[in-house]
Amino acid sequence: MSKPSDDRSAAGRGELNRPAQLVATAAQTIGPYWALIEHPEWADLLRADGPNAGYAGGERITLTGQLTDGDGATCPDAVVELWQADPNGEYEAGFHGYGRSRCDAEGRFHFTTVKPGAVKGRGNATQAPHVTLSIFARGLMNHVSTRLYFSGEALNETDPVLAQVPEARRGTLIARPAGSGVWNLDIRLQGEGETVFLEV
Amino acid sequence: MSDPVGYLKVAPGSQPPLNSPGYGSTHKRHPKQAPIRIAPTLTESLAPRMLERDYPSFADMSVHEGRQAQGERIIVGGRVLDENGRPVPHCMVEIWQACSTGRYHHPLDTHDAPMDPNFKGEGRVFTDAEGNYQFVSIKPGAYPWRNHRNAWRPNHIHYSLFGQGFAQRLVTQMYFPGDPLLALDPVFNATPDVAARNRLICTLDMDIGKEEWALGYRFDFVLRGRDATPMENPQ
Ligand SMILES: [Fe+2]
Repeated sequence: MSKPSDDRSAAGRGELNRPAQLVATAAQTIGPYWALIEHPEWADLLRADGPNAGYAGGERITLTGQLTDGDGATCPDAVVELWQADPNGEYEAGFHGYGRSRCDAEGRFHFTTVKPGAVKGRGNATQAPHVTLSIFARGLMNHVSTRLYFSGEALNETDPVLAQVPEARRGTLIARPAGSGVWNLDIRLQGEGETVFLEV
Repeated sequence: MSDPVGYLKVAPGSQPPLNSPGYGSTHKRHPKQAPIRIAPTLTESLAPRMLERDYPSFADMSVHEGRQAQGERIIVGGRVLDENGRPVPHCMVEIWQACSTGRYHHPLDTHDAPMDPNFKGEGRVFTDAEGNYQFVSIKPGAYPWRNHRNAWRPNHIHYSLFGQGFAQRLVTQMYFPGDPLLALDPVFNATPDVAARNRLICTLDMDIGKEEWALGYRFDFVLRGRDATPMENPQ
């Protein structure tokens, strides 16, 4: 029986001019039973016994939104992951910027966190405050990622990533206020108003 | 200050398309518009630091509250590398699976098979400095899933890995060698490249197994690697 390392080096060679490189493992759907690794408290980045316990900086916010499919039906078995900078626009510098929220019976995710600051962009650019959302679900063979921006931010006008998104679809990345400290961004996986997803 | 280095492009055929018609649930859930490719910023280049202090590991899924789960005990181990062959140290690996009868310890699972009360089906481990990981579990059973006529998933274990860069995030499934259900499974077969697909199958490894205690299987993960050559069109 051949060893996996032999398979890998053979399969990885010659593609895309990569010298003896490996090829990333294929993704597979998270399926409906990821709930076995669910820890609902991870949706609250400021939880009392979590990595950000006692964190006092920044403005406390709630991020929510509804996830729907190509029929506009809600996706109650999906999970959304959040990745963000701290209020100074820095990553993992005293604030752990990771959260995970299941979608509830109405397909809604909910995060409790702090509002991120502007993040340094490529070159001399500055990125508007944003959080990254990744969606995993039954029926998604791989996760898809997008960004949530905050409406009314002056920096949105000059953000290099928003500038790459056709104006007609830019709104799918911009959360609206939905009450005091609450921001809403619905995510449409497919069809009318389909969310713009980003890849690197 | 220099810009973050980009990631290597996805090798053709090595990932399953979001629109995989054989898997019915993809029909209404795959985006129809192509994603917009962006040059990596700090946001895409860095990743959350998943520390064992905050996310404690539990590496033996075969025992629950001191009681042994039913089924065939297995040890699964291997390495986590990037596409440049470099080990990924301190990588958090989440694990979940059905019990030996093919039943998930969850109310959503209504499959009429006995549920093992001593198997919860969740594990979590971290790679060491050389990218090695290992855990103990029970070989999961096959289960029906209504995707097509008499559809059964092959034996599989689900994984979730956090790399050192946002684009290294990986959720996948590992299969077992010689499983006749593999040829019939639309999830497994969704990956077009045969070699890439077959790399989702672990290999029996008598060095990982433990004599008179458990069979061993090797499974290596490869996360996306950084591209040494500069981006052509930096944004
Ligand atoms: Fe499964």
